[in-house]
Amino acid sequence: MSLDSKIPDGPIEEKWTKHKMNSKLINPANKRKYTVIVVGSGLAGGAAAASLSEMGYKVKCFCYQDSPRRAHSIAAQGGINAAKNYQNDGDSVYRLFYDTVKGGDFRAREANVYRLAEVSNNIIDQCVAQGVPFAREYGGLLDNRSFGGAQVSRTFYARGQTGQQLLIGCYQALEKEIAKGGVEMFTRHEMMDVVKVNGHAKGIVVRDMTTGEISSHAGDAVILATGGYGNVFFLSTNAMGCNVAAAMRAHKRGAYFANPCYTQIHPTCIPVSGDYQSKLTLMSESLRNDGRIWVPKSKEDAQAIREGKKAPTDIAEDDRDYYLERKYPSFGNLAPRDVSSRAAKEVCDEGRGVATTGLGVYLDFKDAIARLGEDTIRARYGNLFQMYEKITGDNPYQTPMQIYPAVHYTMGGLWVDYNLQTSIPGLHCLGEANFSDHGANRLGASALMQGLADGYFVIPTTIAVYLANEKPGTITTEMDEFKQTEKEVKEHINALLNVNGSRTVDSFHRELGLVMWNHCGMARTKEGLEEALQLIPKIREEFWNNVKVPGSGDGVNSELEKAHRVAEFIEFAETMCYDALQREESCGGHFRLEYQFTEDSQEVKEGKTQPGEALRRDEEFAYVAAWQHNGVGEPPTLHKEDLDFDNVHLAIRSYA
Amino acid sequence: MLNLTLKVWRQQNATSEGFIETYDAHDIPESASFLEMLDIVNERILNDGGEPIHFDHDCREGICGQCSLTINGIPHSKERGITACQLHMRKFKTGETIWIEPFRAKAFPLLRDLIVDRSAFDRIIGAGGYVSVRTGSAQDANNLPVAKTKADAAMDAAACIGCGACVAACKNASAMLFVSAKAAHLNLLPQGAPEKNKRVLGMVRQMDAEGFGNCTNQYECEAVCPKEISADNIARLNRDYAIAIADEAAV
Repeated sequence: MSLDSKIPDGPIEEKWTKHKMNSKLINPANKRKYTVIVVGSGLAGGAAAASLSEMGYKVKCFCYQDSPRRAHSIAAQGGINAAKNYQNDGDSVYRLFYDTVKGGDFRAREANVYRLAEVSNNIIDQCVAQGVPFAREYGGLLDNRSFGGAQVSRTFYARGQTGQQLLIGCYQALEKEIAKGGVEMFTRHEMMDVVKVNGHAKGIVVRDMTTGEISSHAGDAVILATGGYGNVFFLSTNAMGCNVAAAMRAHKRGAYFANPCYTQIHPTCIPVSGDYQSKLTLMSESLRNDGRIWVPKSKEDAQAIREGKKAPTDIAEDDRDYYLERKYPSFGNLAPRDVSSRAAKEVCDEGRGVATTGLGVYLDFKDAIARLGEDTIRARYGNLFQMYEKITGDNPYQTPMQIYPAVHYTMGGLWVDYNLQTSIPGLHCLGEANFSDHGANRLGASALMQGLADGYFVIPTTIAVYLANEKPGTITTEMDEFKQTEKEVKEHINALLNVNGSRTVDSFHRELGLVMWNHCGMARTKEGLEEALQLIPKIREEFWNNVKVPGSGDGVNSELEKAHRVAEFIEFAETMCYDALQREESCGGHFRLEYQFTEDSQEVKEGKTQPGEALRRDEEFAYVAAWQHNGVGEPPTLHKEDLDFDNVHLAIRSYA
Repeated sequence: MLNLTLKVWRQQNATSEGFIETYDAHDIPESASFLEMLDIVNERILNDGGEPIHFDHDCREGICGQCSLTINGIPHSKERGITACQLHMRKFKTGETIWIEPFRAKAFPLLRDLIVDRSAFDRIIGAGGYVSVRTGSAQDANNLPVAKTKADAAMDAAACIGCGACVAACKNASAMLFVSAKAAHLNLLPQGAPEKNKRVLGMVRQMDAEGFGNCTNQYECEAVCPKEISADNIARLNRDYAIAIADEAAV
């Protein structure tokens, strides 16, 4: 199958408008005859479900949490970008588009990103109208801040809880539609598989996590908005339940998985403290607006700190290395996430890390407190400082925070065309679960923007492109395809329950996570990835011979839920390593040690970049890697979608 | 390392009888979170061939509102302004006995062990806790200035994570803190004004229909709220309800 991205013709600034004009519409009276299944109720899924219902479609929405309001979008702290230019600082749709393409290290589709920048303004309008309490200035207008490597102030925020407030807005719209009868909501339901009829996605099989009942749901189209796969590393900033199972099931049914190796490591997280640890906690990178990042210049000082013989405050100003300010003078502490994370890893690898494990750097507010006063800092970051103190027992007003990078977001996802349709007709994919907008690296405050863009403004238009050619209501769960898929799901659950081994699900997940962190984490090599591809099948084999899942499939069984998810993570991990292995370049969230600038590189001599920076190879690798599943344990097949850059000039992504 | 005794509510399902089970929780790192302590205990239960203690949790950073443990008789523990997942073991001393129970309320039926069904909250939101604005129908965001003080007050109320601790702490199992915070968030903003009366009546009536008790102004809710939502919202809701009722009678 060839990959047709279905990007509309014409100049980039006219593509979306023309596409909307040229797309078929569905008569209002006919919309109610169509049923759309939405899996996931975060910003993307929730916004899609609410909007499609408002338009008149019948919607069935599913989430594994006990309420749609708990999806992990809720945890986003920092903000949401839009090209409003309310600050009159030179922002525009084009600049947001350009920054996003460049931030993604030139591995995103231009047309999708331009559309994202275009609808960003509508999102802010929509959210404000819903009552999202964004921060405001005294004059009553909306406040903005600069965020995550942007040189304009385009980020809208609601204290440190922007994701929560946006999700509540979207959840309230969803509950309104549920109460009206337009959306049928299924909480505590996990999608187990996609059902295909004549090659088209026409339904799903789900497990009721309260009763254990397996049931089928038929529709005219299916939307997956099931989030990212960061938990393949076991430790990440994702919620405990975030998983790749739904996307993986779709992948196994024929949906291509694009760029799985692009994973974002967030630079400002609380360092790991012990092997009992279940997750990592992100400290919003808005902290980098006022905090300065440093480690001691000397290994000796760092060691003394690790051993508790010195405190950070004992290190004289001249003995501190503010390495981001030193290496990236114009961006300083605001250098993009991948750049900042790698720089932290570098100084820790040199033996200059702090924290007891040596895997930590300081984020220091001393200067900001001296300049602005403690009250201003408290007003800006009070809740974050409090959260930090609760977790670590340290007071960041008095001693610098310790931070270290952690897995945070995954840019890869199911391959989708311009209409957000996967390679399975009828199956659409939104938000973090798709690959489309962030390229190899996502900029801060762009995840919320993309989730809501897809859910509120893109899919309500583009789903009609598919539905207009489908006769509504022809599918029922009585069809053989549903019965067969249900049977396979039940067999899968019984298989998990019947291994009766001796190792817990978590022990496998931890083992997998460590392999992935060591070999497919912040720095990757051919040898490391090949080793991972030897290790992962062994984990898979042992899992299926030795996992212990107690209890039965009836009723609440959290070990069974985890086992299903971990089984899919193990298989997914292989695809991820194949992807990282074939991409013989470094870009954004994918850093191959073999491909970095050195002292001898021409570009370094010309002062365009520095040794150790990511070396992209545009001639060979300016493509989307879309993987086709060939069966468990079989290497997947690579399909390439070439990326054309007609509007943005491919350049070294320099932040010097 | 801490050595603790746990007394945990176990119940197979909604209809079976529940009981307190005792667990020995030895060698618990002080830097572990409370839920990580439960993970450690569960790993040991599993290795001994038992079924783990079931509890709700997801984000583990105090924002999703899914964790719902009553710890030593107090929802989310006696520590102020945190959820159970943000509680760390350094707050306990070795030798202590910790009682762990679900969020108990008639309107929160128990599903298993420490997991309860809080979908009543979703239905209260559906009864009016929204602004009716169709996607795509909004005006430019800055066309409607909102006084900073109003926006901040709305944000204070909107910080509610919908965990239900307020209900579990109340001797009447009243949901007034939740409902009043959700109503205040929208009622304080000009965007929420047109539907204010309808919202207040709808949400309060749904709250009553779900079987939550009445508020008798004890403020246990405010004391346990992990987001420290003010009980002033309850006074605000009572006033708005009186106005809405009068308005309804007059129409």
